[in-house]
Amino acid sequence: MAQFEVSSRQGFGVAERLLRLDWFLVVLVCTVGAVGIGMLISASGGATEPWASRQMVWFGAGLLLMLGVSLIDIGFWLRAAYTIYVLAFALLVGVELLGAAGKGAQRWIDLGVIQLQPSELMKIALILALARYFHGVPLEGIGRIRTYLLPLLMIVAPAALILRQPDLGTALLLALGGAIMLFLAGLKAWKIGVAVVLALGSGPVVWQFLHEYQRARILTFFNPEADPLGAGYHILQSKIALGSGGLFGKGYLQGTQSHLNFLPEKQTDFIFTMMAEELGFFGVAGVLLLYLGIATYGVVISARSNNHFGRLLGMGITVTFFFHVFFNVAMVIGLIPIVGLPLPLISYGGSAMLSLMLGLGLLLCVGVHRDVVITRRPGSAG
Amino acid sequence: MRGETGRANIFTRRAIIVGGAQALLTAGLAGRLYQLQVVDSERYQVLADENRINMQLLPPARGRIFDRFGQVLAENRLNYRLVVVPEAAMNLDKALDEIAALVPIEDHDRERVLREARRKQRFVPITVRENLTWDEVSQIEVNAPDLPGVMIDVGSRRLYAFGRDTVHIVGYVGAVNESDLERTDDPLLTLPDFRIGKNGAEKVLESSLRGEAGSRQVEVNAYGRVIRELSRRTGRPGDDHMLTIDLGLQQYVAARFGEESGSAVVLDVHSGEILALASMPNYDPNLFTSGISQRQWRELIGHPRFPLSNKSIAGQYSPGSTFKMIVALAALESGEVSPYQRFYCDGSIKLGKRRFRCWRRYGHGHVAMVQGLMESCDVYFYEVAKRVGIDRIAAMSERFGFGRKLDIELPGEKPGLVPTREWKLARIGEPWQGGETLVVGIGQGYLLTTPLQLAVMVARIANGGIAVEPRLLAEVIRDGQPVPREGETFDPMGLSPAHLDIVRKGMNFVVNEPKGTAYRARIEEPALAMAGKTGSVQVRRISEREHRAGVIKNEDRPWKERDHALFVAYAPLERPRYCVAVVVEHGGSGGTVAAPIARDILREVQRRDPSGRARNLEALIRPHETA
Repeated sequence: MAQFEVSSRQGFGVAERLLRLDWFLVVLVCTVGAVGIGMLISASGGATEPWASRQMVWFGAGLLLMLGVSLIDIGFWLRAAYTIYVLAFALLVGVELLGAAGKGAQRWIDLGVIQLQPSELMKIALILALARYFHGVPLEGIGRIRTYLLPLLMIVAPAALILRQPDLGTALLLALGGAIMLFLAGLKAWKIGVAVVLALGSGPVVWQFLHEYQRARILTFFNPEADPLGAGYHILQSKIALGSGGLFGKGYLQGTQSHLNFLPEKQTDFIFTMMAEELGFFGVAGVLLLYLGIATYGVVISARSNNHFGRLLGMGITVTFFFHVFFNVAMVIGLIPIVGLPLPLISYGGSAMLSLMLGLGLLLCVGVHRDVVITRRPGSAG
Repeated sequence: MRGETGRANIFTRRAIIVGGAQALLTAGLAGRLYQLQVVDSERYQVLADENRINMQLLPPARGRIFDRFGQVLAENRLNYRLVVVPEAAMNLDKALDEIAALVPIEDHDRERVLREARRKQRFVPITVRENLTWDEVSQIEVNAPDLPGVMIDVGSRRLYAFGRDTVHIVGYVGAVNESDLERTDDPLLTLPDFRIGKNGAEKVLESSLRGEAGSRQVEVNAYGRVIRELSRRTGRPGDDHMLTIDLGLQQYVAARFGEESGSAVVLDVHSGEILALASMPNYDPNLFTSGISQRQWRELIGHPRFPLSNKSIAGQYSPGSTFKMIVALAALESGEVSPYQRFYCDGSIKLGKRRFRCWRRYGHGHVAMVQGLMESCDVYFYEVAKRVGIDRIAAMSERFGFGRKLDIELPGEKPGLVPTREWKLARIGEPWQGGETLVVGIGQGYLLTTPLQLAVMVARIANGGIAVEPRLLAEVIRDGQPVPREGETFDPMGLSPAHLDIVRKGMNFVVNEPKGTAYRARIEEPALAMAGKTGSVQVRRISEREHRAGVIKNEDRPWKERDHALFVAYAPLERPRYCVAVVVEHGGSGGTVAAPIARDILREVQRRDPSGRARNLEALIRPHETA
């Protein structure tokens, strides 16, 4: 296999890379992670068991993974992009087959220590693959429709599989992240408009794909009060918890809605609600600012990169991360239907934590290798 | 590198757009949060409190009921319940085995507990047994450390210590039913084991016996489990009530009746206080509080002598000859008959084609008023009634309290019936017949009275014509202090003392003259001596043919066809204090069956002298047992 030519203006030892690491971003990530651990202690009524202690382990492992990934040469990621994508896709098909055999929803593969969710891996793999693809597309190519056919397939195929799992949230995230990457790669805005219209037109088709409970969630979203003890219960209780928190919150460990179990899944999908109840508007606005800080930093890192792969990779990670946060928050405050996405770095869960850290590691990697120039094609000079 | 720069430029422009979009979306989230948490916050705080705060009612202790000397007739006893919380017990089967080793558990109780455990939330306590003895409670408490999830729960249970003897006065409490709920919106009634008065004083005095509910606010979680108590408002316990009844006398009366059916009412002739009010046979009210079985209930309602009926106020009997005092008073007041005017009794008189017989086949000869009463001559009173007329007899009856409810503090009182011309025309559609006046003259016919009304009649004759009204409630004690009440004063009825003297003399002779119909039932001690009037009431018409053939004696007839025996009396002769009305259903002759009972009751009430002794209020002024 021919090699991309990677050039850099300076020598590139591990010390040098550590020096170029964006430590401020690392601090932001650690701050959000610490907030998360604090909230998990509250979720278990002031105890580190059962959630906070394990989350600390995941977070520590994730931190190491993030730093490790960031120090690996960006050329490696460029070369491995398609391989990772194919691997992730194969795993996705694998769980689909397993799920069909087990006659139930199957989202993960048990690796003993951790349950690997191929859909989590796919979020990263798709970004890598699209970044690599558009890295190779010349300026002249970005105006042509057919340039986008393969990327569209790369997005739709895994999204459809994940939708079938069923995991509406991740499928949505994948599709949106992919679409924004197409936009960043240069797809004309009006073409995107046409695609959006087409996507909306396909709504009834997607509706057929949705499970009964997903349809109920969407219908509930439009009228939560209609069924306060059934499907609307979660969102209504979530809004009560949020609203009753007020400006300054009920105080750490003092949330009545969450501690009396009116709030569902307070340690995972609805942890933001508990935070809002206990810390109030000021508390959650602060957390939102931290997230926006990470997302904005991601934009800056990506824009400063001197290679197109890095730019697209960084932006893809950033956008996916941002929408991950956005969907979760919008969902618990009743702006969009409940799609089942955890809050990045805060919600309890090892699999999501590791895949997020992997993504942030790649973002940091883009930052570390911002001055590296990479040829558009293997073996060519520009 | 032109291409590279071009792509980078497009990217940078679009990355800034995406970055800006992210900031905007975040601002949108913050805006929405601001709306929820700041603008609409109050609404959601209310909803959050509604979620977590539950109101629980605390039932008040029901007021107790005492007799006039502080003997407790109805009280609240602690009901120790053995409950088990499945969640804490872990293995319910094993827990039940361990309990069974200490206190016996019936198989059906065991099955019920297991069934309930499957249906209910795991933290809801399930009652295993009720009414544990103190020994059983100690057994459980001592072994409590080895019995996780097993607890003793304390409830309240109504106890009638003198059950049968006071049942027709005190009544009983029972479970709330649909119609009770329709009548009131007191939330207490919705409590699952709440009991309300179903009969007797328990029913009539319900509103003040009940008290007011307290409440507590508790915080509950989403599954309804109580987390902690937030606040508590104590209610007001029900008022204690002291009745005019003298328990000792009441028990004596019930015992004196023995196997006979009927009723006896003892009054204080001046105050109208009901000292005893018995209806026989009686029944045990405690059956109703602990839940009466289907078999026991069928037995009670199917009983040929109607134990459930309170015959003192709901039994309507012809007064028979006990009514002759009213006829005499009406006659004297009208002036149509003088006290010394004599009528000749040859055993019957004829009115039109109909013959009206005296109870004495061959007659009493010449009879004046005192003798008429003493010997209860029917022909004398036929003649008197014919002259006085039904209108004046009815008017005098009504002045003595017949034909209407006396409104004592008991449910189910019947008004009786005083027939008049208007009544007959309206009710039967026929005009009044002269012969009917004669029949009323000896207290029969349409006339109906209750034993209580008869007792009131005697009281008013004995007290010199004061319109005394009977009452059952002596004192109401709220928070350990008597509630002041207006003293009742009774108006004179406007009867001539001379007329009353004549009637009382007649009643005296009934008992104390050898020719009197109740001479054998007299009280021989002069200081306790009584005056009275007998009455025997046919329960079926005796035909002319039977008369000719000779009337079959009461004892030889089936029980249901025997006459009712009545006797009304007061004592002592001078300055009367107590009176009694006795009705023995199908007892036979008033003089031989009812009079001895009345005599013994009057002797006992004078011996006890309940009106002369101070009430024992101190016994009531002590704190409630808390339920």
